[in-house]
Amino acid sequence: MSQPNRLASGGLIDRTRPLAFTFDGRTYSGHPGDTLASALLANGVTLVGRSFKYHRPRGVLTAGSEEPNALVELRTGARREPNVKATVAELYAGLEASSQNRFPSLAFDLLAVNQLASPVFVAGFYYKTFMWPAKLWEKLYEPLIRRAAGLGRAAEAADPDPYEKTTAHCDVLVIGGGPAGLAAALAAGRTGARVILADEDFALGGRLIAERRELGGQSAARWADEAEAELANLPEVTVLRRTSVLGAYDGGVYGAVERVSDHLREPAPHQPRQRFWRIVAKRAVLAAGALERPIAFGGNDTPGVMFAGAVRAYLNRYGVAPGRRAVVYANNDDAARTVADLNAAGCELVAVVDARGDSPALHAAARTAGALLVFGGAVARAYGGQSVKGCEIVDARGGSFNVACDLVAVSGGWNPTIHLTTHLGGRPQWRDDLAAFAPGGTPPGMTVVGAAAGAFGLGEALAAGAQAGAEAANDCGFSGGTFDPPRADDDSGETRGLGPWRVPAKRGKAFVDFQNDVTVKDVELAAREGFRSVEHLKRYTTLGMATDQGKTANVLGLALMAEITGRSIPATGLTLTRPPFTPVALGALGGAHRAKEFKPTRLPPSHFWAEEQGAVFVETGLWMRAAYFPRAGETDWLETTIREVETVRTKVGVYDASTLGKIDVQGADAGAFLDHVYINTFSTMPIGKARYGLMLREDGIAMDDGTVARLGETHYYVTTSTAHAASVMRHLEYCRQWLFPHLDVHLSSITDQWAKYAIAGPRSRDVVAALADDGFDVSDAGLPYLGVKELTVCGGTRARLFRLSFSGEMAFELAVPARYGDALIRAIMAAGEPFGICPYGAEALSVMRIEKGHAAAAELNGQTTAADLGLGGMMSKKKDCIGKVLSQREGLADPARPRLVGFKPVDRSQRLRGGAHFVPRGAAVTAANDEGYMTSVAYSPSNGCWVGLGFLARGQERIGEIVRAVDPVRDGDVEVEVVAPVFVDPEGVRVRG
Amino acid sequence: MSTDRYSIFSVLREALRGHTGWKPAWREPEPKAEYDIVIVGGGGHGLATAHYLARVHGITNVAVVEKGWIGGGNVGRNTTIVRSNYLLPGNTPFYEHSMKLWEELEQDLNYNAMVSQRGVVNLFHSDGQRDAYARRGNAMRLHGVDAELLDVPELKRILPMLDFDNARFPIKGALRQRRGGTVRHDAVAWGYARAADGRGVDIIQNCEVTGFRIEAGRILGVETTRGFIGAKKVGLACAGNSSRVAAMAGLRLPIESHALQAFVSEGIKPFIDTVCTFGAGHFYISQSDKGGLVFGGDIDGYNSYAQRGNLPTIEDVAEGGMALMPAIGRVKLLRHWGGIMDMSMDGSPIIDRTPVAGLYLNAGWCYGGFKATPASGWCFAHLLATDAPHEVAAAYRLDRFATGRLIDEKGVGAQPNLH
Amino acid sequence: MRIPCPYCGVRGLDEFAYLGDATLIRPDPAAPGAEAAFHDYVYLRDNPAGLHRELWQHASGCQSWLVVTRDTRTHAIGRVEVARDVAAARGSGAE
Repeated sequence: MSQPNRLASGGLIDRTRPLAFTFDGRTYSGHPGDTLASALLANGVTLVGRSFKYHRPRGVLTAGSEEPNALVELRTGARREPNVKATVAELYAGLEASSQNRFPSLAFDLLAVNQLASPVFVAGFYYKTFMWPAKLWEKLYEPLIRRAAGLGRAAEAADPDPYEKTTAHCDVLVIGGGPAGLAAALAAGRTGARVILADEDFALGGRLIAERRELGGQSAARWADEAEAELANLPEVTVLRRTSVLGAYDGGVYGAVERVSDHLREPAPHQPRQRFWRIVAKRAVLAAGALERPIAFGGNDTPGVMFAGAVRAYLNRYGVAPGRRAVVYANNDDAARTVADLNAAGCELVAVVDARGDSPALHAAARTAGALLVFGGAVARAYGGQSVKGCEIVDARGGSFNVACDLVAVSGGWNPTIHLTTHLGGRPQWRDDLAAFAPGGTPPGMTVVGAAAGAFGLGEALAAGAQAGAEAANDCGFSGGTFDPPRADDDSGETRGLGPWRVPAKRGKAFVDFQNDVTVKDVELAAREGFRSVEHLKRYTTLGMATDQGKTANVLGLALMAEITGRSIPATGLTLTRPPFTPVALGALGGAHRAKEFKPTRLPPSHFWAEEQGAVFVETGLWMRAAYFPRAGETDWLETTIREVETVRTKVGVYDASTLGKIDVQGADAGAFLDHVYINTFSTMPIGKARYGLMLREDGIAMDDGTVARLGETHYYVTTSTAHAASVMRHLEYCRQWLFPHLDVHLSSITDQWAKYAIAGPRSRDVVAALADDGFDVSDAGLPYLGVKELTVCGGTRARLFRLSFSGEMAFELAVPARYGDALIRAIMAAGEPFGICPYGAEALSVMRIEKGHAAAAELNGQTTAADLGLGGMMSKKKDCIGKVLSQREGLADPARPRLVGFKPVDRSQRLRGGAHFVPRGAAVTAANDEGYMTSVAYSPSNGCWVGLGFLARGQERIGEIVRAVDPVRDGDVEVEVVAPVFVDPEGVRVRG
Repeated sequence: MSTDRYSIFSVLREALRGHTGWKPAWREPEPKAEYDIVIVGGGGHGLATAHYLARVHGITNVAVVEKGWIGGGNVGRNTTIVRSNYLLPGNTPFYEHSMKLWEELEQDLNYNAMVSQRGVVNLFHSDGQRDAYARRGNAMRLHGVDAELLDVPELKRILPMLDFDNARFPIKGALRQRRGGTVRHDAVAWGYARAADGRGVDIIQNCEVTGFRIEAGRILGVETTRGFIGAKKVGLACAGNSSRVAAMAGLRLPIESHALQAFVSEGIKPFIDTVCTFGAGHFYISQSDKGGLVFGGDIDGYNSYAQRGNLPTIEDVAEGGMALMPAIGRVKLLRHWGGIMDMSMDGSPIIDRTPVAGLYLNAGWCYGGFKATPASGWCFAHLLATDAPHEVAAAYRLDRFATGRLIDEKGVGAQPNLH
Repeated sequence: MRIPCPYCGVRGLDEFAYLGDATLIRPDPAAPGAEAAFHDYVYLRDNPAGLHRELWQHASGCQSWLVVTRDTRTHAIGRVEVARDVAAARGSGAE
């Protein structure tokens, strides 16, 4: 296939291998080393995209990641990626790209009708219109706007490719692999320091491979190759190509993304598509180069108008002529290189327009190329619609004439790429000598070199890079190994863009922000309406808010606002850029944390056994808990749950309680410590006893509950709720280390170290007795209710046995080291079989705790006090504890607060719902009559009806009253009887066995 | 002749003359020697307060002083969500009042802030969360606020891109408020500024308050970088910096400043049509009219005035997004930034008098400030004008921490980084 | 942000849990006016823009609570002390 604009020779492409690819369904050919943009240009494709608002035809403006125009959808199906910059998309065989934001086709886009309405669609017009009638906004105006806006389309299915994240530590991070960055990496690397060199491009060299330059007597591209080869051989140096450093964060942390597989059709097996790097660097050298900027003239967005530096990159790096008849328009001496390179490539130079006065360098180049030379002039307008056909040139005397051309190479000067210097608050400084912003403050440990620091000469970039690299390594304790940069063929070229910023408009729109279609007129309108600060300008016109984040637009926009308002540029302001430097795939930031791997999964010791039993599991925080154990013939969870509850209440059941938090508390002051953190007293509790405990936050609200057992004189064992295990542990360590540092006490979390099973029911003692080794008395006398003892089970396995009950039945909690957990559940089931044991899950547990009125997460919701929970009487009057003082505030001690009570439906066949609110009978269902809410409900087999717990205003005084439980979100309205919050064995006989 | 009324007709007329007739949206006046009321802070709340002082109470001798440019604080750096889906009686009527003011905002201001009632959907993932959301939804309904509980089939119709099948925390349903949605945030500041300016309020930018002149316990005015400005009453509406400003008046507040990060992706074609919050991760998302996915998560969790955050939160948010809707894997994050929140000690705001006579406080908005903007302005104006709290903001008292009548929606207590 | 734990070395932010102002001292619950003192202790904050002494726990590490001096404007970390040592030297806490 022909590539009409491919030069006969030159470029860093592999001409021996053709790569077929498609754009909008048409097949083209390129070569390894091409980007999609260079390959399209080689094939003579100049119309690549449509702009955001006016749907204007757009081509390729740049050769890098700052590209505002040439955005495409890459790949198809679930791998479809919107808004890919063709200028950085590496070509591979079979690449499929489509233009976006057009309908029905790129060449014929109906929405280009917006251009006709562009006199209306100026900056901020939305704010002035679409207000009437109000209800049409969501129904009509907004959907139309949304459909027209946006750019590419996201995929509609889950991204099939994997991503990963990694952390790296280094002495010196070098950002950018151009001349300054290579010099820095070599200088640092030769000292033996750990160096990471990251460059967003797939080839190192930066401008070295985009220009025809010489270094140390050889081509600069060759020198870059050799530098890369040496770096690859230095053992402590890591070179990350295709890696964009996106952001600087506190503490020398940098975020970067490596496009591991984007240059392949799809990732190789076991390889991620992209890898997110957290790079922790002691020192950083920013060598990010500079970005060329536009000049605002009419039609400056026409395909074929291209940055001069990009023109040179396409000629020299890719062997592509972006046009055959060129006009060069510049305000700096870079124009001379552009002219020379175009001439060397055999392109016709129609005209060279220098906005400045006479320039000897340019004179020579233009004469050699035989070009018409216009000093002090301007390109007033480019024309041609979908590709440039000519431009109107104004000379210094104001005369104008048209020339035919198919390429306008523009340079409005260069802006140092200082984005990363601003991420931690560094404020760029305007430098008149550069006519650009240069780094102000930098993140700690960062040095900026080369063009990024405003040193545009090749020789000075190499020297500064070498010096910064060596100094950074020295700062990290490395020395020796020297690097003398090669001699550069530097000229003393003037690279300042000295204006003008714009050409007085004749016809055609002059664009400032290409992608967002912000024109000079929009900036003028913003100024007229008072949006004169940079922040207002940006937000009102959307200047700098496109996918290139204003890399090509911001300084021009600021300069125009300064000009319009008669202020200097620094007085007009500056826009701090935000991370990321270039857009980053959300998949990369998410890494492997998606789907089932979103969060870790914790499995209790009986999990695999429970799986064998066919248990149904439920996510509880990070834990997977067995919810219920269905048997053949059971049809729903409720039937199974009722059977499990009844088995416990009549025979015996077993439940894996290992998910409760467990904390070992030891030390001479362990009892005193617990007295500080619980409302009740544990220092006087006898050894071998356990008791329920409640702890408060310092603000007097209930924090968590659990049991505390005393295993020895100086040894306690504390349990927490499953949900609060980590936060309670943190709280206790805070109390121990910070509030009560003089106490002799130590804490260890042993949640994962012990497996624990609750064995509950009238036959539970039989099961426990069968497990306990000889000589351990588990009779009521040997282990009465609330007793604790250490013993061995199953022939010598160390265990702890607690006579505690959550279910209200006689019950034991049997704990063994976690590695025996699986064996123990099997042993319990075997020992229990003669007594009719069944395993029960979280559902049955919940039913039984509600039947007993025990508070759980729904009641301990962070808004309730001990008194609200009916536990006010537990609070010791003899001692202080965390939260005691503030729990006495009038608002918390108010007797009118909702208190925990029980509820039964008056019509016993009706179902109760958690989250229902209580209103008095006969009262309107309004907030004024809201008296509380239902927290937990369950079907109680023992009561033969639904029962509930909830908080009702002055509930403890209203036992026997009937109120309504209203549930408007589920159309529920049930009359309920207020009862004491205990539905089974209110006297507590059964637990005592 | 200049144009000051906004409509499609004025836009068309201006289009014919190159938009040369538009007036500045607000004047740039020099500060007067004295005002009846000076509002410190030209954010959404301060500007809304000025507007309602002028429109509702007829008090127009008012200045809003702003240290930078108006709208440069949190009203310009949030995720644009508006809703009134609150649980507690101290909050629900206030946020509902705000919602009603949003609904009439464009007509009130003659400014299209693009109030988009596209709905807010809060996902739940367990029976316990369902009951908690039912409790909240029922509380809303009892207050006359719309709320509905959605089951999974309904949810799949609204949000087909969610990961229903392979999720670590399966989605069990959602609470939806249809009247919730999004608003074009910057336009809120500009719309209020323009409307207040139109009624005579002076908006004074680049005027930083450096101190208060207080004599015998009464405020006399504010010292600023543009000189002393006398005032009979001064209202502070500078959330994010409330502690620093109040300290100049000798006050210590129940507030910490924390950074909340927000995120926007590149523009894409319409992808999600409602606001969605993920109940099992720290993530919420909507899509702007321009096409960017706008999303966020938790605050970074440490005191900060730096207007930026760090990678752990950024990654946490992205992980939540990928867990919730894995089709966004190849959508690219365009920009992330941080705003400074006044995190109050119970997660709810303060609109009240202070111990200094004539000095009033509007603070502690946590990250609920944007949606509150109209009602905050309305109620603060009411307080400034009448010296009595507005009935829907009556619970937002400074002394509630002493009395224990807290408004703690999340139930996490006096730890601001958990709210 | 990275915090130098005196026991474990410099570690990333994700290993630490934050609590807040470390200059607050738990009042004597038995003293007169304890409720007001506890109100100030639990709810009021200096909230400085600048150096802030604050409590962090190396939660994914050694569990130590630390007193970190940090600039809230720049996030620059200064001195890091073991909280228990600070607390013991202060001699506070309930007896």
